[in-house]
Amino acid sequence: MSEAKNVGVLALQGDFREHKQMLERLGARVREVRLPGHLEGLGGLVVPGGESTTIGKLAAEYGLDAAVREAYQAGGLAVWGTCAGAIWMAREILDYRQPHLGIMDIAVRRNAFGRQVDSFEADLEVEGLDAPFRAVFIRAPEIVRVGEGVRVRARYQGRVVFAEQDRLWATAFHPELTGDDRLHREFLERLVAS
Amino acid sequence: MEKGTLRVKTGFAEMFKGGVIMDVTTPEQAKIAEEAGAVAVMALERVPADIRAQGGVARMSDPKVIKEIMAAVSIPVMAKVRIGHFAEAMILEALGVDFIDESEVLTPADEEHHIDKWAFKVPFVNGARDLGEALRRIAEGSAMIRTKGEAGTGNVVEAVRHARNVMKAIRRIQGMREDELMAEAKNLQAPYELVRYVHEHGRLPVVNFAAGGVATPADAALMMHLGMDGVFVGSGIFKSGDPARRARAIVRAVTHYNDPEILAEVSEDLGEPMVGINLDELSEEERMARRGW
Repeated sequence: MSEAKNVGVLALQGDFREHKQMLERLGARVREVRLPGHLEGLGGLVVPGGESTTIGKLAAEYGLDAAVREAYQAGGLAVWGTCAGAIWMAREILDYRQPHLGIMDIAVRRNAFGRQVDSFEADLEVEGLDAPFRAVFIRAPEIVRVGEGVRVRARYQGRVVFAEQDRLWATAFHPELTGDDRLHREFLERLVAS
Repeated sequence: MEKGTLRVKTGFAEMFKGGVIMDVTTPEQAKIAEEAGAVAVMALERVPADIRAQGGVARMSDPKVIKEIMAAVSIPVMAKVRIGHFAEAMILEALGVDFIDESEVLTPADEEHHIDKWAFKVPFVNGARDLGEALRRIAEGSAMIRTKGEAGTGNVVEAVRHARNVMKAIRRIQGMREDELMAEAKNLQAPYELVRYVHEHGRLPVVNFAAGGVATPADAALMMHLGMDGVFVGSGIFKSGDPARRARAIVRAVTHYNDPEILAEVSEDLGEPMVGINLDELSEEERMARRGW
């Protein structure tokens, strides 16, 4: 990267610190985003893991979700949601009604792999990566439907856990909890324009 | 595929950061907590203020109460066991509870040993008054630390004391020479490897929450400023005049702890807070924070 890219991390709730540290290590300028004004000048936004109902409710206040939607639709902002973040981005959430952003043409099922005692880690084949990725799944969602133009990048036991659409990424697992920065690097280099 | 790894346990605790975990005693309260934006609920038969008032031996809650609460909400559900009572913990793990609090709020079952938490797939949270205590619990397998504070008092002073103790000790160790770490481990009665971790990273290897006496949005914001990763609220919500409103306000205060205008806005017109107890009215025996070591 010649010029440092400007990326935000949605810091309403969740493990935003881990994403921030990883992006900073890769040379990005990282800003914590809690209010609409914090989005200004950003090329990308990472929405962390956390509790999706909490993040959804807090983002619906002070017009933050509308501001993110607008920044994406205006063509600039790349958005990557991990776990709770992926739920927040999905157009449809099965079984539950909760405030969400809904900009990505996918449907998700929350806690699809069970409660915490069933949380797990496993090696995942990710399309576009040359070696498996150690993926941590924590009360993870599953992407149960993808729309046209959505590319499936990874499945675990046949179930979709990584989807890409335009400048949007949804991962059901937590790349920020491992030392492996390949996905953060790709997000910065390929999806974030400035 | 591996379940119950350290990374899966401590990683789950990371997901609570910047959030509020609320004590609830009924499915209705659990729904109010979820609606307010809680990141998890602690399922209990009695909140600490009632345990304090009613006396007697306080034990793990009836599994029926816990199961009803698990069925009522989609957010994670925690529950408490007595210090050292690993059979209660086995029961909670079998119920599928998401997190276990080995808690001084209940009557200790073992005055010498805490639970060997490595033996469980389900993660544990433990209370600590200082860094040595926090590191001992982490060495036993705890995936999350919280201040003990003084539960059921609505008085934040002990939580502040414990948070400052831990953070001050971390800063001190960070500034040490490497050859001073072994003596520090001896003084703290904590494992050398964990003291080294603190020296290198300037923080605990697990998340660290505030608990025990948080009653207002300002209390919650204060604890965040002192370096805590999030907040437990026990009696402070459902012993107040308007629980839904107060719960919502405390959630907002934790997220926006550094924004005084938002804090002012959410602190307004919350109704009566819980009455509260001054700590000098409690005898040494009545102090729950003394339980465990």
